[in-house]
Amino acid sequence: MKRVYAREEVCMGCKLCEVYCATAHSEYPLDLVKAFLKQKMKPLPRILVEYNLSISFALQCRHCDEAPCTKACITGAMQKDSVTGIVSNDERRCVGCWTCILVCPFGAIGRDNQGHKVASKCDLCSNVADQTDTESFSNVPVCVQNCPNRALQFMDSVVEGEE
Amino acid sequence: MTLSMNTPDFLIERNRERCINCQVCVRQCANEAHGWDAEEEKIFSQDALCVNCHRCVTMCPTHSLSIRKFPLEFRENANWTASTMKAIYKQAETGGILLTGMGTDRPYPVYWDQLLLNASQVTNPSIDPLREPMELKTFLGRKPEQLRVINGKLAEALPPQLELDLPIMFSAMSFGSISLNVAKSLAQAAETLGTFYNTGEGGLHEDLYKYGKNTIVQVASGRFGVHSEYLNAGAAIEIKIGQGAKPGIGGHLPGEKVGVEVSRTRMIPEQSDAISPAPHHDIYSIEDLTQLIFSLKEATNYEKPVIVKIAAVHNVSAIASGIARAGADIIAIDGFRGGTGAAPLRTRDSVGIPIELALAAVDSRLREEGIRNQVSLVVGGSIRNSTDIIKAIALGADAVYVASSALLALGCHMCQKCYTGKCNWGIATQRPELVKRLNPEIGAERATNLLKAWEHEVKEILGGMGINAIESLCGNRLMLRGIGLSDRELNILGVLAAGE
Amino acid sequence: MLREGDVRIPSGCAISGIINRSGQVFSGEDILQSIALMHDRSNGLGGGFAAYGIYPEYEDYYAFHLYYEGAEGREQTESYLNYFFHVAESGEIPTKKTRSIKNPPLAWRYFVRPKPSYLLEEENEDEFVVRSVMYINAECKGAFVVSSGKNMGAFKGVGYPEDIGEYFCLDKYHGYSWTAHGRFPTNTPGWWGGAHPFTLLDWSIVHNGEISSYGANRRFLEMYGYKLSMQTDTEAITYAFDYLVRKQQLPMDVAIATLAAPFWRDIERMNSEKRALLKAVRAMYGNLLMNGPFSIILGSSQGLIALNDRLKLRSMVAATKGEFLYLASEESAIREVCPQPEKVWAPRGGEPVIATLEKRGVQGYDTEYEYAGLSY
Repeated sequence: MKRVYAREEVCMGCKLCEVYCATAHSEYPLDLVKAFLKQKMKPLPRILVEYNLSISFALQCRHCDEAPCTKACITGAMQKDSVTGIVSNDERRCVGCWTCILVCPFGAIGRDNQGHKVASKCDLCSNVADQTDTESFSNVPVCVQNCPNRALQFMDSVVEGEE
Repeated sequence: MTLSMNTPDFLIERNRERCINCQVCVRQCANEAHGWDAEEEKIFSQDALCVNCHRCVTMCPTHSLSIRKFPLEFRENANWTASTMKAIYKQAETGGILLTGMGTDRPYPVYWDQLLLNASQVTNPSIDPLREPMELKTFLGRKPEQLRVINGKLAEALPPQLELDLPIMFSAMSFGSISLNVAKSLAQAAETLGTFYNTGEGGLHEDLYKYGKNTIVQVASGRFGVHSEYLNAGAAIEIKIGQGAKPGIGGHLPGEKVGVEVSRTRMIPEQSDAISPAPHHDIYSIEDLTQLIFSLKEATNYEKPVIVKIAAVHNVSAIASGIARAGADIIAIDGFRGGTGAAPLRTRDSVGIPIELALAAVDSRLREEGIRNQVSLVVGGSIRNSTDIIKAIALGADAVYVASSALLALGCHMCQKCYTGKCNWGIATQRPELVKRLNPEIGAERATNLLKAWEHEVKEILGGMGINAIESLCGNRLMLRGIGLSDRELNILGVLAAGE
Repeated sequence: MLREGDVRIPSGCAISGIINRSGQVFSGEDILQSIALMHDRSNGLGGGFAAYGIYPEYEDYYAFHLYYEGAEGREQTESYLNYFFHVAESGEIPTKKTRSIKNPPLAWRYFVRPKPSYLLEEENEDEFVVRSVMYINAECKGAFVVSSGKNMGAFKGVGYPEDIGEYFCLDKYHGYSWTAHGRFPTNTPGWWGGAHPFTLLDWSIVHNGEISSYGANRRFLEMYGYKLSMQTDTEAITYAFDYLVRKQQLPMDVAIATLAAPFWRDIERMNSEKRALLKAVRAMYGNLLMNGPFSIILGSSQGLIALNDRLKLRSMVAATKGEFLYLASEESAIREVCPQPEKVWAPRGGEPVIATLEKRGVQGYDTEYEYAGLSY
């Protein structure tokens, strides 16, 4: 399956991926200004840029093949889609027990602050309205679309033998 | 502490209605002109630190930033202008030479803009580059006096030549003054385009050896990073005598820009200033140049053309003629509007002559002496667009060198602060967190795009002139007419006035 | 008004050429008739002819055709010729009163050989003659050398070519090779020297076109001592051939490949030897590439060569019948004198048509052009 891969060597830590991710998952997915200034709670990104001096890269859910979060989920809200491979959290079933947060080996799941007591994680923008018209960008997550330096790539596995 | 009389040059304007406090600007400004006030939970700006490089403006996702000239005005004075006065305040405060970067910003005449091009009408047809071949291939190198053909075969191969698919090369910029990612971008672009980039005097980083066949390696007075492997790595060797932005002085690389990689490549200690001597200490005269040219040829088995690069100075035509006779295969002339990573402001703004006049004088002189066809002529020093190139070739150049334009393509915004090593665009810096801002893959694409675009334009205009091979433009000054020039200038340029 | 040489005058033209490859001579009537048919391609401001084999009795002598605008130039020229040359014969070129010919200059011819003692070291007679031609044209007031080759001559002037031919009584001459030119200049040159063909030694060129590379070609040639006093393409082409074949001693077909160079895309497909040669030729003599439209007929004592620019931007047709080769801007101009040719074709851009005399050397000329065997 296609995942988002970070290229540390050209990630400049600007965090525009975070800005666009947060917006895309906010109440105003197409409007940065409204998402950040009008929404009561500041929108939270589901991608996080790790940053230390000149080292920087963006991290988000790896959509593991054997995803520990799906096994740990007590309500069955966290599911890996057998077709797309996307690990997503069904917010209607999520009770906010945070077990997934505990077991995630990447620390890629966070607590949502939108008023729901649910887990918040990267959904590869599968639930986000497509922001662009161009074909080449359709279904490409907004973090990848908006990275100014091609430090994020949406592609099939880079590791040989994986899948 | 005493009172500083320096006032900000620029004013940062932030549209608070649009700012989402994402702090991209804070993270992107290496000059720290933007900061985050955690208590107030908002961004603040310090105008005095801004160099107007537009990094924040370009990166801001909500376009909430703009930069203006600081609206502080002195009492009007045509003689004591603001920049003149501020320079004095600065020198009174520091006691130092004023440093700057890139080419001169003074309003000297740009002769390219006073030359007009010709096109075919009725008596001969213009050529459509979409339908007919349009050839830009160019050979640089020494040509023998005669070509010998025996039994239909070339009896003697030509001396080594650089074969360019288009008459544009990236000119010398050293690793040190620019980042490795710039060098990678230009090297890759040169390979894609079938042309050459130039190492400058900073040696050749090990990652760049693979671009050898598209590389011109430079030997300058500091001899940084020069060794036998280096000389043999490239396709040609350039002896740098001078640079248009600072004729008469050597290269300057402040110690802040000498990190591990630069130190290894240049073979100098980390953090040490790399100040090239003003002259080559083995060239005090033209006959010494011959020796260096042939030493380099010996070192490379006579397989590589040797370029001698000089700055355009008053006596440039006689000097160029001497260089041709000294055995150089290619002469490169750098005009005084050419760029630099660091130069004394006063030198940059007042020493040397414009490339257009230098080129015309050199080409005419070499022709008078009947030796123009023996050497190739490359010019640089602010080639800004495709018509500058056409005009340069029509005046007599074989090819042009571009550097400032290439850096602009990579993101440079001409803030002229290259010497600080804090280039926000990852270009004139060695700080790893800044260098990685220039993705060499994107850089190569942009540099390639620029030259491809120019190539298209050159072809269009050549076709309009009824020419389908660049060699028919070379030295073809009948394709030029001058506008708004004095008789003297027209005479030096060797062109007729518009209407003649 | 500035006259030709002081100003560059573009022009369109008609050209025609006829050669008998076995060297049989024939009168000038055919070429007159052929060029006359293309009357509309000229505008009465220039016409001319080159004829080869017309002076067999003086075949070892350089035949100088001179035009004088006044007595002073003639005195100057003759004293120069008498000083440096052995003059075997001289006299006025016969002319016939022709109504449409106005203000002709004095036309004289001299059969001469350079006095050996005046040759510079390592200079041969040809080089001395070239130097003399340049000198007379530049220094002798109102004098102009119309042609200077052996056993050949050029006749040209202001008027329609058929009138010029009549004026010079060309029907009375017999040659084995003829070329003709009718000119359509865009303004009035008003000078007989400015008409075509242009000649140097036994080279003659008639040409139709306007070369856009002229400035580059000119400045290249000037480097090697050529004084381009006429500012015409024809002059530049003549000197280019002279430079390549005589001075650089290149085979004729290499010279042709310089002027109408094959495209790089074609060179890349050639075998390695040919590719190396043509690459070197283009790298070395790129400035002599003739860019823009032209069709030319290059005449010499060895034969005729016709060439189009590499895009074929000017018309030119060739035809053969027996020993005859016909060349003309229009097919009709060939059929006018040879109604049923055996073969008629339009040569492709950059592909020369070459007709060499079978009995070479008979005409007593020193240079034999080599051919490298190029074809593309």
